[in-house]
Amino acid sequence: MSLLQVFDVASSAVNAESMRINVTASNLANAESLAPSEQAAYHARHPVFATQLKQFSSDPSLDETAVGVRVLGIVQSQATPLKRYQPDHPLADANGYVYGSNVNPVEELTNMISASRSYQGNVEVMTTARDLMIKTLSLGH
Amino acid sequence: MFETIFGIHERALYAAADRVGVLAANIANADTPNFKARDFDFKAVLAGETADGGLPMTRTNAGHIALAPDTSLSGELKYRVPFQPSLDGNTVETPVESAQFAENAIRYQTSLDAISRKVSLLSLAIAGQ
Repeated sequence: MSLLQVFDVASSAVNAESMRINVTASNLANAESLAPSEQAAYHARHPVFATQLKQFSSDPSLDETAVGVRVLGIVQSQATPLKRYQPDHPLADANGYVYGSNVNPVEELTNMISASRSYQGNVEVMTTARDLMIKTLSLGH
Repeated sequence: MFETIFGIHERALYAAADRVGVLAANIANADTPNFKARDFDFKAVLAGETADGGLPMTRTNAGHIALAPDTSLSGELKYRVPFQPSLDGNTVETPVESAQFAENAIRYQTSLDAISRKVSLLSLAIAGQ
């Protein structure tokens, strides 16, 4: 495997981690959103990661040691949204209830820290691979 | 003469380059559920490269097919044993992988440096000054 494939692998991880940070930002931004029904309430979203295996990839140059990561999909949290009795609220339903989001801020913040660390790790991998390639290119000079 | 000019360093460089990819894949999949971290046994790979491969086969008949020299790395990928188990079945431990990655980068640069010195030595010999 060539050193160039390291960039494919690391960039796939950087993409996935940046999507994770994006989703976390969306969850935290909507933590206080209100809705008139339980279905319409904001449900926390979480990305699901999977290994990018060779047989599922369109790139034939990937060998079995070069396994990147891809986002398989986004799942919504099934936790019950917070229900509040606020009859004077403009979004209140017939019974006077408004529905908040089911975002768990603690979970979101730990997710953000984990994603940020993984992102930095992969950037470090790319920097090292770049340095090694530059040194290899200047071999014999 | 020129096949063996760089000695062990040429094969060591290939092995280190391969290992960069494996370790990068481990770090990339640090958050993937059920991903199992893999690695080469660097010492075993290098030992396989330097060994002369045992007894050579003799061609006693003109119809025998000559064995092509083996250019692939002899080491196989193995799974890493994690220090601590994780709930999602992932066995990547980022600090371990980072340390191995840094060590491997040093190995790569060492081999590269040795080759580079050999090249300057040869060019000195060719130029004769």
